[in-house]
Formats: sequence, C-alpha cells, structure tokens
Amino acid sequence: MTDALLDVRGLKKYFETSHGLLHAVDDVSFSIERGKTLGLVGESGCGKSTTGRAILRLIEPTAGEVLFEGVDVVKLGSGAMRKMRKNMQIIFQDPFSSLDPRKTINQIIAEPIKENRIITDKVALEKRVLELMETVGLAERLINTYPHELDGGRRQRIGIARALAMEPKFIICDEPVSALDVSIQAQILNLLKQLQERLGLTYIFITHDLSVVNHFSDDIAVMYLGQIVEKASAEEHFNNPLHPYTKALLSAIPIPDLRNKRQRITLKGEITSPVNLPDACRFAKRCNECVEQCTKGIPPLKEISKGHFVACFKY
Amino acid sequence: MTAEKIETTQPESTELASKKYHKRSAFVAIWNRLKKNKGAILGLFILIIVTLLAIFAPVIYSYETDVIEQNVTNRLKPPSAEHWCGTDDLGRDILARIVFGARYSLAIGVVSVIISLIFGVTFGAAAGYVGGAFEDVIMRITDIFSSIPSILMAIAIVSALGKSTFNLMVAVGVSSTPTFVRVARAAVLSVRGEEYVESARAIGMRDWKIILVHILPNCVSQIIVQATLRVAQAIIASAGLSFLGLGVPAPAPEWGSMLSAGRAYIRNSSYLTIFPGLAIMITVLSLNLIGDGLRDAIDPKLKR
Amino acid sequence: MTIKNDDYIFDIEGLNVRYETEDGTVYAVNGLDLKLGYKKTLGLVGETGAGKTTTALAMLRLVPSPPGVVDCKKLEICGQDIRALSAQKLEEVRGKDISMIFQDPMTALNPVFRVVDQIAESLEIHEHLSRSDAQEKAKELLEMVGISRSRANEFAHQFSGGMKQRVVIAIALACNPKLIIADEPTTALDVTIQAQVLDLMKDLKEKHDTSMIMITHDLGIVAEVCDEVAVMYTGRVVEQGTLEDIFERTMHPYTEGLFNSLPNIADRQAMLKPIRGLMPDPTEQPKGCPFASRCDYASPECESEHPVLRYVSDTHKVACSAYDRQPDFLLERRKTR
Repeated sequence: MTDALLDVRGLKKYFETSHGLLHAVDDVSFSIERGKTLGLVGESGCGKSTTGRAILRLIEPTAGEVLFEGVDVVKLGSGAMRKMRKNMQIIFQDPFSSLDPRKTINQIIAEPIKENRIITDKVALEKRVLELMETVGLAERLINTYPHELDGGRRQRIGIARALAMEPKFIICDEPVSALDVSIQAQILNLLKQLQERLGLTYIFITHDLSVVNHFSDDIAVMYLGQIVEKASAEEHFNNPLHPYTKALLSAIPIPDLRNKRQRITLKGEITSPVNLPDACRFAKRCNECVEQCTKGIPPLKEISKGHFVACFKY
Repeated sequence: MTAEKIETTQPESTELASKKYHKRSAFVAIWNRLKKNKGAILGLFILIIVTLLAIFAPVIYSYETDVIEQNVTNRLKPPSAEHWCGTDDLGRDILARIVFGARYSLAIGVVSVIISLIFGVTFGAAAGYVGGAFEDVIMRITDIFSSIPSILMAIAIVSALGKSTFNLMVAVGVSSTPTFVRVARAAVLSVRGEEYVESARAIGMRDWKIILVHILPNCVSQIIVQATLRVAQAIIASAGLSFLGLGVPAPAPEWGSMLSAGRAYIRNSSYLTIFPGLAIMITVLSLNLIGDGLRDAIDPKLKR
Repeated sequence: MTIKNDDYIFDIEGLNVRYETEDGTVYAVNGLDLKLGYKKTLGLVGETGAGKTTTALAMLRLVPSPPGVVDCKKLEICGQDIRALSAQKLEEVRGKDISMIFQDPMTALNPVFRVVDQIAESLEIHEHLSRSDAQEKAKELLEMVGISRSRANEFAHQFSGGMKQRVVIAIALACNPKLIIADEPTTALDVTIQAQVLDLMKDLKEKHDTSMIMITHDLGIVAEVCDEVAVMYTGRVVEQGTLEDIFERTMHPYTEGLFNSLPNIADRQAMLKPIRGLMPDPTEQPKGCPFASRCDYASPECESEHPVLRYVSDTHKVACSAYDRQPDFLLERRKTR
C-alpha cells in the first residue's frame, strides 16, 4: 500500500425522496496519496459534490468508510469529529454565499482559529490573520472590509485563507473557480497550486470543467449518476480515455484553438436522475457503444492497465 | 507569488491592524438609505416626539392633579386655550391624559412585541434549523394559534388571567406570536442553505452557536421590520381590548379606554374621541412608515 | 469592397450606456461601434462587467430606464433605425425580426403555461396564425429542436435544463427572425448538453440563414460557432476581426491575456498566465487606455492617451496605441505561432 492520506471505501449516500430512493453517491471508492490532487469530474447531479460533503460529514454518509490517516472518520463521535475537522477543510464554489455577509474579513478568517482555541491571544491571533491574508494575496488594508465590498476573486481568496487557518492537511475544493471570470480563475488556480507545493496539501478538486481539472490534477475520477466510471492519471485520462462517457465528455469541451479540432462524439439524451435505478449500466441509455450485456448488470470498476480503472463491459 | 500586488506594511507590534482601518458597518449603509426616504424620516420624527412626550409626561403634567383627579365643574369643556383638547366627562384634561396615555400605549406595544419576539423567534428559528418532525409539530401548533382570531384569543387570555396592564401585554404578545414564528422560520430557512453555514459546520462549530453567530444576525433585519410593524398592530389591539373594557384598568389613561369612555358623548362632545383616536392613528402611522422604510432600506432590491 | 448600409444586418455607431445609481454613475458601454454582415455569427467576448449584455439590451432598447441612460449616433438593425421606432413597431421588430435567447432557461419560460402555448403565442401575435395553426407550427418547431411532439402539452418544470433551453430556442426561431441575440445560452448547461445545444444552434442558423450575436465568456464556444469576434473590455470593443484574426493573429494584449488564462488541454504542464489585477471601477472613466494598469506591454503613454479602434487589415480592428508608436510591435503569443 502506498502512502494514502485519504482512503474512501464503498461510500454511499442515499436520499429519501417522494419518488423513491435517490442514489446520490453509490459505492464510490478511491484513495489519494499525500500531497496529490484527485480531480472529481462529472456533470450536474452526478454526485461529485455530495461525495465531497459526505467525506467531511457535512452530510452523513449512508454507508462506507472514510479512512483519514487510517482513522475511519465516519465512526468518530461528535467531539472527536470536531477535532478531526482541523485536518480536513473545504473551499466552496460560490464566493458570494460562502462568506457570512455580516462578518468582516478579520472575523471570517479568525473564526476557525478562535473556535478551536488554536490561538487565544488577541495580538497573536491578528498576526496570524494578517499572515494568512498575505499568503493568499490579500492586502492588509482589507482586514476590516465586508465581503460584499470585494469582488469574486478576492472573496474566493478569503475562503481559501479561512480554509488554511487551521493548517489542514487535506482540502476539498468544490468548484472553487467556476463562478469566476477566466482571468481571475487563472489567478486562483495558480494560488491553489502554489499553496499545495508550499504547504504539502492534498486536494480533492471537484469540477465540471475538464480543462481545469486536467491542468490541476494528478489523478482524475469521472463520475456518472453516483458512480465512478473511470479513474486514471490525468495524463492517461486525456491521452487514452476508455469509457464511452469519458470520451464523449472530452470531445464535448469547446477548445479555443482553431488548429486542434477534434471529432465530437455527441451523446443522445440527458443525464437522468438517479432515482430507482435499474440493475444495469447507468450510462447504457445514452451510450453510443451500448450492447445487450450493458442492460443486464452493473459493470464493475476494473483495472485495465496500471492505475487505470474503467467500469465498462467492453474491457 | 500571486499575481495581485501585496501591499505589505508590517503592523507595529503594539498596534492592531484591525484598529487602523475604518470599519464600515452594514447599519451605516442601511441608515444612509433610510435617510433618503422622506416618509420614514417623518415617521421617525413623529415617533421620537411621541416617545419624548411619554418619557417627560410627569414633567409636563402632574399625574395626580391633571390626569386622574376628577373635577365635575370642569366637565365636557370643548378645546380652549386652557385645555387644548378639552376636558372629558369627569373634568380631566384630555391632552394630559393623551400624553400620559402614550406611556401605556407605547409600553404595551413594545413589551407585547418583545414577548412575542422571544417566543416566536425561539420556536421559529429552532423549527427552521432543526426541521423534520420537530418543525412539523411547531408549525402545526402555530397554525392552530393563528386560526383563532387574535382579538378573540386576547380576550380569552385576559379573561383567564384577569384584568391588568401586564396581562394585556401578555395577551397581545401571545396573539401575535404566530407571525414571528413564521417570519423567523422563513428567515432561518433562507439562511440555513447558505454555504457559510455549512462552512461554519466544517470548522467544527456547534449547532446552537451557528444559530446564534451566523443565522440569527442574518435574519435580524427581516425580524426588525416585522417587529416595527407589529408594534403598531399591538397598539391597535391593546386599544381595542381597552375599548372593550379588558385593558388597562381605570382610571389610567389608556387611549383605547379613553375612546371607549368618550363613546357616549360622541354626538355632542366629539373631541372626547377625536383626540385619542388621532393619537392612535398618528403613532401607528409613524411606526408603519418606519417599518416600510426599513424594509426598503434593508433590501433595496424589493423597491421598484 | 463597397460598403452600403444594406450589407449589414446591424450597424451601431457611438453607443453609450450609463447607469445612474445612488452610488454613482456606472459607465457600462462607452462609444461602441459594431456591425455585422448578413448570415454571420458574431462572438461578443468579455468578462463580467465588460458590457456585453448591456450592448445587447441597448440594441433592442431594453435597457431599464431609470437608471439606464442610452445615447447612440446610429442604431440600425435590418435596415431600420431602431431609435426612431414607435413603441408598437418596436414590439413587432423584437418578436419578428430579432429574438433573444437568455442565459437562464429556467426564468425565461413561464411556469403556468404549457410549453406549446408559449411557442404558439408569438406565432399568433407576429405571424397572425390561427390558434390551431400556431399550435401545429409550434409542435413542428419542438420537433425541429429535438423534443418529441408528445411532450408539447407539458409544463416547463417537467423539462430538464437542456430541454428548456431547446424550448427557448424554438420560441426564438418561431418567427424566422433575421437576427438572434444569444446571451450566454449554454452557460447554465452541462458540457455534453452544451455540445448538443451548440450543434443545434449552428444547424438551425445555417438552415434559416439567420445572423447571430453569440455573447459568451468562453473562447472555446467562439471557436466552435462564430465567424467573427469582438472582444470587449470596460464597455469598449478592444479588438475585432474574423475568427482567424483573433485566434491566429491576436493583436490586443487583453485578448492575449484571455488566451493565456485558459488551461491548455493539449499541454497540461503549461503554467497559467493570468491577467494581473482587476477590472477598473466602472464608475470611473480612465484617462488613458482602460487596460493599461493590467497590461504587460504598457508604456507611460498608455496611461494618458486613449487608443482608437482602427483597422490593421481589411477585417481586423484593434484599439492599442502600441502599434502606432512601434510599427513592428508584436505580442508574445504571435512570436510562438
């Protein structure tokens, strides 16, 4: 076994709805090595955000294990869980709703430190806040401003500073740049990357944007209707995609380059909701390469070559 | 480093940087918008005058001699230089009674709203945050309470508890509690889904603290607006109860009971009812103006 | 090439839009010139606050007033002077000659009407069809955008996001408009659905000989569907040209910055080169080039002189004074290409 910081095994989250049982996350397993980034990609409703929140127990998982440095987070009591949260943080998508509008930047960044009594001295606490602000590139003069006075990029920097405040080892980035303009998006991506190198952070990077995830991740897991359909290194993922869904997803990205045109694979239909699923491959209905076998059972996630896993009967 | 330039001026070890930079509070912004609303400023002006009159009533008039002492020779005098608003059937100066009455009306309005705020916000916030069966139970009880006409309920409460100023406050307070349960629950629900609440949970904050620190402060504006409007309602309700003889016991000069007492003389001495009526109207109007102005100032998007 | 007015589906000169709010005047569009040939698709590219949507609204005289104040030297669409139209005539033009597709399909559809009725409505008003004819035509339109007839009587909330956007497109196409203004039509959709919708729009545009303005922040979408591109920054067009002009012969430093900010899918090791700083405050009118403070090539002159959008080739226009000062000025991006 390698040095896995986080090991997720058989994670499940079902929601009761009026239409039936919604399989938001259905038997998801993966592990991340220390200091690496796992990209979790998929379209809306594929369960990628729910997976992230279930790992942090912001949503209680229905079943499964989340081993953080060998400790099963799911089994921790509320006191121990609170302590564990220092190690695992999250950066949210929406820089407009993830910061309390009534708190100043100072209060927002200091809150996790105060709450966990990491620093109790007032002067030392403020020094730490300023240090964090500098780390994420926020000017000192902004310390007493409110989030609504700042633009999206700066707000996202506050969110990052807050996540870093307790010196976590692991951060879930839930679409941290999708609400930002491209030029600001690049600034934030570079910042996250620098922080990772400097602080040895481990990331799960949740996104729907394949070009961003490709740039950012070491490994990529593609999700479809609550399950991982393909998992590989980023290199392998882009050069040798195997699952028909991954192929279609990759070919669907509009590329800002006139010379590098790809043949597009157009998928039929749309993503359905994961309620009352049949015992078949979940992608079968939209798949261009669907055969009879696909409607008769769920394909297991198999290792095709070293580190490259695919859930498709073709392989 | 990052693309953005960092202006680093290292803080002096003695001075806190947070003291150096000016803090622009959200309340200043609200006040700046409220200032531009002429109606709200008029309302605020009236309310301040009424409040000042209520506070300094004992300086202007003597309670014993002007307000409750009966003087039959002076009864039913129309407005004059001596008695600006005339005298009532027991010869008491109506203006003096109105000024002292402001103390009762405002106190009843404010205290009853505080009572309903305490219960309403506690239950409403808890229902909104906890959800599930707990929320269902609370909301169904609220439904039952609000299906009883509030004046009937107040009558029932006063009859059960007995006639006193405090019981009147309780009655009016309880009957307007359902509104606050609803408002607080709706406000909490709209805030509960925000990511900063989730973010507070992610740093290990306890639920009760999240409600106190993050949820309630963000609901406060909606609740304040409702409370202002409800004070006006409470003044009307207490006047109504006093009118029915269930309010402040005589001889205390409550506006509603003044109306009630003047009712018999409405044909020949209408000033007995006109002036207390005007007092109620002006006070309620000022509160409503403030409440509406506050709502626009707090959420400028609602306007236009 | 002789330039006659009828060569253009629309021709705008000197468009200014400002919003006068309590907190000051926001200069949203500043002296914008824009025109487009028939049957072409123009990509209007820029970041939040660049004035793309305001430009589109101003073209249809839909800028809310107050607080919006619009003035314009020339505003012609399909040969008609939009500024001079009466309110009634304007309504006709909006539904019939020009239609608009908005970003959020969820709010563009009325939840209490059946989908088919919403399409038929504009046919009844603008094409004067009878109710049953309009319904029939509406069902045909639904089929054209890939929604089966059997779902025509459903309500919008029963449709998924991609299908709602298809319905919106069907409404936009109902009266065979000459010009479609699509404001970020796929931003709310998933990539695979986005691909479907873009393909659909491309096909329909070709079939119906429609001209189109595609407002987007995504240069990838521009590369897929547009013939011409106008890059906007702080309410001005800073570079305009054919697709090849913009992508292969990039001239404005801001356009280059946009390209450099994008992760390159072919080369994942390449470091992103973001544009530094932030967009200037739209309540202030800069004296010089609005991009100067963020520009890597800026010289002191850029702070004081306002660059003029001028032709550098038959099709290519750029607003950057570096080319006036140094005729051989070349962006880094051009050197590697």
